[in-house]
Amino acid sequence: MLQFIANRILTMIGMTLMLSFVCFFIIQLPPGDVISAYAAELAAAGDSSGGQMEEMLRERYGLNQPFVVQYLKWLRNLLVGDLGYSFNLSKPVSEIIESRIGISLLVEMLAITVLWAIAVPIGIYSAVRRYSVGDMFATVFGFIGLAVPNFLLALLIMYLVYVFTGTAVEGLFSAEYANARWSLGRILDFLSHVWIPVVVIATGGAAPIIRVLRANLLDELNKPYVVTARAKGMKESRLIMRYPVRVAMIPLVATVGWVLPTIISSSIVTAIVLNLPTLSPILLRSLLSQDMHLAGALILFMGILTLVGTLVSDLLLAWIDPRIRTGMAT
Amino acid sequence: MEQPVLHVSDLSVGFSVRSHVTDVVHGVSFDLHKGETLCVVGESGSGKSVTARALMRICRPGRITGGQILLNGPEGTVDITALDDNDEAMRAIRGDRIGMVFQEPMSSLSPVHTIGAQITETILLHRNMTDAAARAEAIESLRRVQIPDPETAIDKYSFEFSGGMRQRAMIAMALACQPEILIADEPTTALDVTTQAEILRLLKRLQAELGMAVIFITHDMGVVAEIADRVAVMYHGRLVELGPARQVFHDPQAAYTRHLIGASSRFSIARDHDRGGTLPPAAPKPLLEVRELDLTFRKTTGFIRRRTKEFHALKQVSFTLHEGENLGIVGESGSGKTTLVRALVGLLNADAGSAMYRSKDGRSFDLLEPGALRGAGLNREIRMVFQDPFSSLNPRMTVEQIIAEPLILEGRLPRREIRDKAAYLLNRVGLPQAMLTRYPHAFSGGQRQRISIARSLAVDPRLIIADEATSALDGSIRSQILDLLFDLQTELGLSYIFVGHDLGVVRYFCDRIAVMHKGELVEIDRAARICQQPTRDYTRNLIAAVPGTDPDHRRLIAAE
Repeated sequence: MLQFIANRILTMIGMTLMLSFVCFFIIQLPPGDVISAYAAELAAAGDSSGGQMEEMLRERYGLNQPFVVQYLKWLRNLLVGDLGYSFNLSKPVSEIIESRIGISLLVEMLAITVLWAIAVPIGIYSAVRRYSVGDMFATVFGFIGLAVPNFLLALLIMYLVYVFTGTAVEGLFSAEYANARWSLGRILDFLSHVWIPVVVIATGGAAPIIRVLRANLLDELNKPYVVTARAKGMKESRLIMRYPVRVAMIPLVATVGWVLPTIISSSIVTAIVLNLPTLSPILLRSLLSQDMHLAGALILFMGILTLVGTLVSDLLLAWIDPRIRTGMAT
Repeated sequence: MEQPVLHVSDLSVGFSVRSHVTDVVHGVSFDLHKGETLCVVGESGSGKSVTARALMRICRPGRITGGQILLNGPEGTVDITALDDNDEAMRAIRGDRIGMVFQEPMSSLSPVHTIGAQITETILLHRNMTDAAARAEAIESLRRVQIPDPETAIDKYSFEFSGGMRQRAMIAMALACQPEILIADEPTTALDVTTQAEILRLLKRLQAELGMAVIFITHDMGVVAEIADRVAVMYHGRLVELGPARQVFHDPQAAYTRHLIGASSRFSIARDHDRGGTLPPAAPKPLLEVRELDLTFRKTTGFIRRRTKEFHALKQVSFTLHEGENLGIVGESGSGKTTLVRALVGLLNADAGSAMYRSKDGRSFDLLEPGALRGAGLNREIRMVFQDPFSSLNPRMTVEQIIAEPLILEGRLPRREIRDKAAYLLNRVGLPQAMLTRYPHAFSGGQRQRISIARSLAVDPRLIIADEATSALDGSIRSQILDLLFDLQTELGLSYIFVGHDLGVVRYFCDRIAVMHKGELVEIDRAARICQQPTRDYTRNLIAAVPGTDPDHRRLIAAE
């Protein structure tokens, strides 16, 4: 097992290098660069210092050097921990990420926990009581959640909260707690805000989990080993949790790998609508303004999270399914 | 007379179809006495399994629609029919007083729990003891079923065991609480003959040791003859005959029982003619000459330190198949039978050797050359029929599409003619043309195997390789399929390579038999010679493991 992990980590380093190249290449693809976007902004504002200044800035940041040279420079800086500088926000990239990653992580983890805590029991119920009223209801509820765009749901909730309480909820903190230190009051304030994005993300994501779990579990419920367990005299509820559910969860556990990168990329529109201080709106903005160091760092970070997530889900799979474990050992 | 352990009277079991309930078991009555073996025999769909499951109240979605099941014990009588499926009282009986062993040990054991966890669980459900004591008990039950090194085996998973060991573990689990009644639902059907013989002996020994009553469900009359004290014959959900084994075999009352006994005695290996149906050709011309075929499986693992595991699956295998001949290949599972035929049709790549095939136009081809079948159009001439009629037909294609697929792939015939040909072929294998538009799930196992055969005939083959083609079928269906193969042989001049583990069947069908053991072809001779004067101990063991046909002359179980 240890050797398996060591092997995987070595492969991941190679993958990350390749990934960094692809990232950088993609960011460079659209015509123009951050300076031209900046200049266009200035021109729109009526400033006509124009061409000369642009050239000067390009010279200074090495933007007119060949692609490969720029890439190698970027990579070398990354290796020593320098993520570069965001022209747009006039701050080092590392500072921007640092200030937002904690909250991103918290919101997304809460949402995922709630999502799974709702979806898994509903999925099990839907399969065990197939075609019951509850199953139909869960299906309808799940598909409505899936079909309604997240941002619309967010707007709807904001509207309803405003109508019923008279307060506008946006962001994750009220003004007085925005820059305060953590305290009981701040936590309560946070909870009173965070439930909206959590509910929005959870309702959107529940349907696929419910349906996948339901379909898998329906297959497993008719397997002979379930009859064997029943023939032992086991209680039905315990039996279902212990045998078929464990097997039916395997394909879902395999998707855990995709969850980590959503910390950055998921629910961009929701985050913008709700004005959340998370990383996803920053990602969108940096891509629009071709803020390459910021965008590159974020995309590369997402890639690394995907790799780490895949490793984690592989380890989880090995833990849950001994057939995979023995395959790794050999 | 002593009170029976189990008294079943007028039991009916039904399934709800839409709003009304249809009975599949009608008024079955029997008694089961301490220490006896009652064999319930019948073809698939006759209601044997449903009856057995009803006794344990695990026949959902079916339910008991009438009759009574009484379980008698030292603490009095329990009316099982009066309990609810998941009552605590019912759960206390399941696994403790009645144990059950199933057909497919692989799928009947959880793939994600150790053998030990599953056995200990049963013990803890019914006995008040510590985890450590339950583990010790589980080890003891593994020892009882003769699993070597039970202290280590207990922490293994079912997929780490061989088929026979898995079934032993399954038995250990069913017997962990030393039940009064053991229900064994086709426990040896999925095993090869030698393993079957071992399991039957083991069950007999355990039964004597624990004084259990055993209900043994099977479709194999040979097994019945070996182990039954009494026999219950089921047909279309009804009990058509019930009596002592000797009486049922020597003086059967029901016509269906006679039919079953007749069908099974055809496969007796004690007969001395060579082939059941047609006669072998007078002047043999070689059709296929296999010389020194060698094949090794290699599995490479590791990313940095590469390691290769090797398994020498076929060792210098040589044989000749003549035109119009039926050659049987027998051996235990894992002996290389299937690997051999797969190498011949190019599904696996051989490492060395040759397999010269003489085609219809008289040319010779080496089947082991990569792409030989495709290149020379030999895949028209050599077709395969597989073991499992359920998984070898695409469930999303109609019968017409399935049969016509080889013809469509060839693209030589216009659509119209393909359609006619598919209809003709379906008729030829004994199914009505009207079934062309149906999907495989609408057919029984035997009918599906007929469809597989029709598919193999679509392109006018000369050689059909049947890989355990009748192993999944019941006795009487099996003889029908074999008769069909004989008829087709006479009509179309076919040759067969017939892979099987049941010597009785192979002997019935084949002119010559090749015996395989650990990748080597150890013996090849005329079928009668192999069965009567085997030269190798391995062959002798295979023959000795074939169940007999008469409860007076048991071959496997020594009569007490």
